[in-house]
Amino acid sequence: MGFLEIRNATKSYGAVKVLHETDIAVEEGEFLVLVGPSGCGKSTLLNMIAGLEEVTSGDIAIKGRSMNGVRPADRNIAMVFQSYALYPNMNVGQNMAFGLEMHGIPKAERDKAVSQVADLLQISHLLDRKPGQLSGGQRQRVAMGRALVRDPDVFLFDEPLSNLDAKLRVDMRTEIKKLHQKLGTTIVYVTHDQIEALTLSTRIAVMFGGHVQQLGTPKEIYDNPANIFVAGFMGSPSMNLFPAKVTTENGEAVAKVALADGTSATLPFAQERSMAGHEGRDIILGIRPEAITDEDGADRNSKAIHRIEARVEVTEPAGSDTFVVSHLGGKEVTGRFRADVDVRAGETFPFAINMEKAVAFDPETEQRIG
Amino acid sequence: MASNASSQVVRTGAGSRFVIYTLLAIFCLYYLLPLYVMVVNSLKPLSEIQAGGMMSLPSEWTIAPWASAWSTAQIGVAATGLKPYFLNSILMVVPAVAISTVLGALNGYVLTKWRFRGDTIVFGLLLFGCFIPFQMVLIPMARMLGLMGLAGTVPGLVFVHLVYGIGFSTLYFRNYYQQFPTELVRAAMIDGAGFFTIFRRIMLPSSGPIAVVCIIWQFTNIWNDFLFGASFSDFDSQPMTVALNNLVQSSTGVKEYNVHFAGAIMAALPTLLVYVVAGRYFVRGLMAGSVKG
Ligand SMILES: Nc1ncnc2c1ncn2[C@@H]1O[C@H](COP(=O)(O)OP(=O)(O)OP(=O)(O)O)[C@@H](O)[C@H]1O
Ligand SMILES: [Mg+2]
Repeated sequence: MGFLEIRNATKSYGAVKVLHETDIAVEEGEFLVLVGPSGCGKSTLLNMIAGLEEVTSGDIAIKGRSMNGVRPADRNIAMVFQSYALYPNMNVGQNMAFGLEMHGIPKAERDKAVSQVADLLQISHLLDRKPGQLSGGQRQRVAMGRALVRDPDVFLFDEPLSNLDAKLRVDMRTEIKKLHQKLGTTIVYVTHDQIEALTLSTRIAVMFGGHVQQLGTPKEIYDNPANIFVAGFMGSPSMNLFPAKVTTENGEAVAKVALADGTSATLPFAQERSMAGHEGRDIILGIRPEAITDEDGADRNSKAIHRIEARVEVTEPAGSDTFVVSHLGGKEVTGRFRADVDVRAGETFPFAINMEKAVAFDPETEQRIG
Repeated sequence: MASNASSQVVRTGAGSRFVIYTLLAIFCLYYLLPLYVMVVNSLKPLSEIQAGGMMSLPSEWTIAPWASAWSTAQIGVAATGLKPYFLNSILMVVPAVAISTVLGALNGYVLTKWRFRGDTIVFGLLLFGCFIPFQMVLIPMARMLGLMGLAGTVPGLVFVHLVYGIGFSTLYFRNYYQQFPTELVRAAMIDGAGFFTIFRRIMLPSSGPIAVVCIIWQFTNIWNDFLFGASFSDFDSQPMTVALNNLVQSSTGVKEYNVHFAGAIMAALPTLLVYVVAGRYFVRGLMAGSVKG
């Protein structure tokens, strides 16, 4: 049984169902990230765990105790809000101690807990300041400190980094990850940033339209997306998706892909991704940019590198890599080349495709095949 | 032509500037003249006024009219001066303002931060209450006060003003709290604060500006009210405004204009004082830093 268990939980506002039947079991010490585009119901689910929103049907349990009807204060959770939600009239120390005070912890103990956490987060010198006198990053730390002093069973984060500038966001991301590794706390973290999800989590729930589309480790989600939505949403630049047809060649199932010049290329599936039994079927082939490279940049450990010649449409140098855009199956396809490869737009160039990383989707149901 | 510091305003030539300032000065005089007349005439003996020198400074300065208006002038049938009525007004206005402000804040808090069935209807009715003409409630209110045993008393007046005041104070606080980040309330809920603790520890400390606006508004309205005062008070519970009217209307002997002027200034002073004192605390930006800049 999980530490935090969401069993068949739903949420409706009137007749509108914003969260469909959801089942997630979170183990103690896990870092679960809820990720998805705006309006998909991430915050709603988080607020349901917090007790700020009621569960319409189903159940949420923490440590085996059902939380239906339990007040937020009595759930032993702490939450970090997107806007930080620091009490403007209290200084940093008072902000951090407020929750302890409300739970009847004596002053001496409160002070001790606050100073410990303040040391941990390096905000000891800010304890006497009001939130208005802090920078964005400092407010963010204080908000985390306020959650940490409570020593709760579960930490809930609702897009805590989205108000920081890009550089600070990366720093704080690392810091949160370190903190999690050090303290081993159980965290549910909401973000719409897929990179944040991939870097921070031990498991990810990708959400869309009130449904959990896929629940899995970052690697599972990245390598084997359950459907076209997950494939397109996770990863940047996003996975190339283009139509292909499964045929047989030398007794093996291969994908036929139309090229821009009217000819077609043949891509044999890797052994472990064999499409045997699907011959004659139209599919959507999904290949990530880093699996479409120049020949020398191809993954040496892969046993399924295939070479095709295709016309280069655009090159986009991005410092460490050069993104090369071509056409496959009538769609734009981006490959990731080493920065110093001499490739020019308009040329026909050999592309190395790592078929070990290729996934196939059903064009109708959009679900992954096999 | 190259001044860009003042690019926000239309530049004018010296000639039109002269016209503008002259006009402003005239209007200034026009508004201040009555005050001037009141002040100078309250500080001179009656004989000087009767001699026709309304506009001139006193040739003999005296505070006798003030003393008389305060403690000895004839108000209605008794020669008590305005003092007891001033006290009545204070006893009426302080509780009425305090209670209506606190209740307004509480209402605003409930209406914006707690969802309950029919909240928009409740607010709509409160709003409607703000705009019911005073005259319409006179008779029902008299009956109510009679039933409650508060007819003709200062607590009765407090009650009347409270009922009228809550609508406005609720409106002020509701609109203010609408901008107040709900995440703060949610954070406090998770921290374990209850309904009233959140109100007292989170909402109220950030309500300074709107409380000042509300207090100024309520104080001025209730202090200056004449209709309710005249309708619902007895001789011993009349507020200042009604007493001032009685002072001026007392038809025994000559009309002591200097005393009337002094009394009128006395009746106006508290509202002026509230503006001067409370206006200083009308600072914005108490919310800075609670949420992202
Ligand atoms: N009080 C409400 N009444 C009706 N619908 C609501 C209410 N609150 C949220 N919703 C709807 O529920 C859906 C999910 O909202 P939610 O806030 O969970 O989205 P989100 O995934 O957190 O998005 P974002 O990334 O923009 O924060 C949205 O379509 C929203 O319009
Ligand atoms: Mg959200």
